[in-house]
Amino acid sequence: MKTPWFQRSLAAAAFALAIVGGVATDAVAQQPTQFIGITGYRVGPYGANGAAFFGGFIDYLNLVNERDGGVNGVRLTWEECETEYNNTKGVECYERLKTKVATGPTAIHPMSTGITYAILDKAPVDKIPLITMGYGRTDATDGRVFPWVFPLLSNYWDNATGIVKFIAEKEGGEDKLKGKKLVLLYHDSAYGKEPQPVMEAEAKKLGFELKMIPVPHPGNEQQSQWLQIRQYKPDWVVLWGWGVMNATALQTAQKTGFPREKMVGNWWAGSEVDTQAAGPAATGYYAATLALAGKNYPVVADIEKFVYGRSKGGDAKLVGTVLWNRGMAAAMFTVEAVRKAQEKYGKKPMTGEQVRWGIENLDINAGRLKSLGFNTMLPPVKTSCTDHGGAGVVRFQQWTGTEWKIASDWMNGDRAMVRRMVEESAAKYATEKGIKPACMGS
Amino acid sequence: MFYREAGQFKTSYATDQQIFPIRQDRIAMAVLLAVAFVAVPLAASPYWLTAILIPFLTFSLAAIGLNILTGYAGQLSLGSAAFMAVGAVAAYNFEARVPGMPLLGSFVLGGLTAAGVGVLFGLPSLRIKGFYLAVATLAAQFFIPWLLVKVSWFSNDSTSGAISTQPLEIAGWLADTPTEKYLLVLTIVAVMALVAKNLIRSATGRAWMAVRDMDVAAEVIGIRIVRTKLTAFAVSSFYCGVAGALYAFANLGSVQPEDFNLDLSFRILFMIIVGGVGSMAGSFLGAAFITLLPIALDLLLTDGAAAIGLALPPGVASMAQLVVFGALIIFFLIVEPHGLARLWQIGKEKARLWPFPY
Repeated sequence: MKTPWFQRSLAAAAFALAIVGGVATDAVAQQPTQFIGITGYRVGPYGANGAAFFGGFIDYLNLVNERDGGVNGVRLTWEECETEYNNTKGVECYERLKTKVATGPTAIHPMSTGITYAILDKAPVDKIPLITMGYGRTDATDGRVFPWVFPLLSNYWDNATGIVKFIAEKEGGEDKLKGKKLVLLYHDSAYGKEPQPVMEAEAKKLGFELKMIPVPHPGNEQQSQWLQIRQYKPDWVVLWGWGVMNATALQTAQKTGFPREKMVGNWWAGSEVDTQAAGPAATGYYAATLALAGKNYPVVADIEKFVYGRSKGGDAKLVGTVLWNRGMAAAMFTVEAVRKAQEKYGKKPMTGEQVRWGIENLDINAGRLKSLGFNTMLPPVKTSCTDHGGAGVVRFQQWTGTEWKIASDWMNGDRAMVRRMVEESAAKYATEKGIKPACMGS
Repeated sequence: MFYREAGQFKTSYATDQQIFPIRQDRIAMAVLLAVAFVAVPLAASPYWLTAILIPFLTFSLAAIGLNILTGYAGQLSLGSAAFMAVGAVAAYNFEARVPGMPLLGSFVLGGLTAAGVGVLFGLPSLRIKGFYLAVATLAAQFFIPWLLVKVSWFSNDSTSGAISTQPLEIAGWLADTPTEKYLLVLTIVAVMALVAKNLIRSATGRAWMAVRDMDVAAEVIGIRIVRTKLTAFAVSSFYCGVAGALYAFANLGSVQPEDFNLDLSFRILFMIIVGGVGSMAGSFLGAAFITLLPIALDLLLTDGAAAIGLALPPGVASMAQLVVFGALIIFFLIVEPHGLARLWQIGKEKARLWPFPY
């Protein structure tokens, strides 16, 4: 009696899956492939941010397959595991992707400072490089202590000092900052705490007053914080938020009458997800960025032609947004690292160790960026054992109400100070963990 | 037919009072332990060990902790994750700041610190009950992670507030492979589960249950309410604290206070509700259900869809998993409100009568 009912429900489930699934998988020809493990998130409180980033990431991987037939003939394959921005799930996904194929998951982009910390000690043991583009552990920029971790482009402290420099330029010079009042409105978490030491150092150096105001997770209620800001009357507010906190900050700023032209966000507080949610309250707001927004780049045109044109793309609405472009850039660095490693080890699927060498020896100059179709979307990147960042610069954009407009050139803050603090912090970690700082060869 | 105790005579108090009075149960337990200690390390892949079995064991220990407090002593708590955080951070600090501190010593001291904090937050239980007590323990859940973020001393002044745990080294033996970590966690959990079971069968445990069933009556027959409630909080928090330390040291390797959020407290509460309130086996069954089911569903949906030639759009499997998971929890609560442990018990009773149930 049970069987027909069971079969019927199974058929119904298969039918439902067919409708939900939509896309049929391609039969991948039996040829060497480079497997890329993706620990992504599209559900949960930060799902909107993740959907844009990983949408861009996968669209670029598709582009490499569709336009170039892979990297030197090695096609890319990938699997996305949903972490929901949750550390335990992130570790589970990492373990699942790690052993999927013999060559490993190429390089992992955790896209979460928490997950980065959780797998930081596992990656060297498993010989899997981590790329933490604009997040994660700041002192991992020192590759002698963290050979397997790459905070590519810039780290949190570059971001913070860049913001101070930007504010100084708006005020008319660093000497003009003396006696000014700045507020750091931060997400009360590991992420929000990262910039504090460097902001305090900057305040001491340049003589401005700094008040740090925490916003508890998730940050959708900020009346009391903005009341404090109103009493304090700062000249500038630096917004170090994530997710719903950003839009709420902008709206509450409008309610309390604080000019948005005097607010500068970091690069996780400056995407369309935030400003569109805030509505007109966001107009005039500045934010740092790692990769410029917009569709006006040959690589985006290629993706629209080869990926969306062949209906292999993700969500077309996200194309050209800040986080989508950032995700695409992250995929590009991964692919270029594989390409670099292939120059040394041969045109075949690369292992984690080989990819690690590739990331450590990336040299993507302006000419290479142009030939890749990125033009000025990204700064040139040149990594080395001592510098796992490779750029250390940020750029600022201003929200016009409909789109992000470029508001500065690529700029960096006090690089010497950041470098000194990175080395101090990395050395402390090395003693704690008993690591002998050294460069890894190949 | 096979599961029958006919002919097993008890000739001493000791045999009558043992944990598993039926011989078949003892054999089953021995087989289970043999499988867990010998067969699993030989057969399981690193993925199974690190991503499934170690978290399962860790959460089982936390569920035992909460079950002692809620299931046996009847004090509702929403602060389990906070006590786990105390255990993890305390164990880290003892290990980092006391030279030559053995790892197990750190775990015990971490558990004791959690016990102390648990007693502190258990004090309101002397005056308030039920939902009101749950809200009071909720204060712990908000206060402790906040404090750990606020005072950077706890994380050894790490810039991010995250603690990165020390290697698992016990008397020269370094547990760094998945199998070694699994065996370490399994041993700790097995020993602590045995202690908990015996504690529950002792005068302390009986006092807890008396208070749970009716505190006025318990007081009348001479049970000291204050001491009973506070020991329940202390023992429960000790178990949660050690679970937190294991979670940090053996599972994640690095933790931030935000990892021990309200969400985790709810997960542990769901574990004992689904598994069975007031049951040791329920703690394990519930932990297995809550930690393994999402992973199983995820694999089933993704691989199942791939097997019939479909690719689920990313995220859909995860959403579907939440839907199925929620539905299953409601289903269980309606069909078997006493949890999986009760189902297990019914199964055993049926097995005793099989094949002649009349």
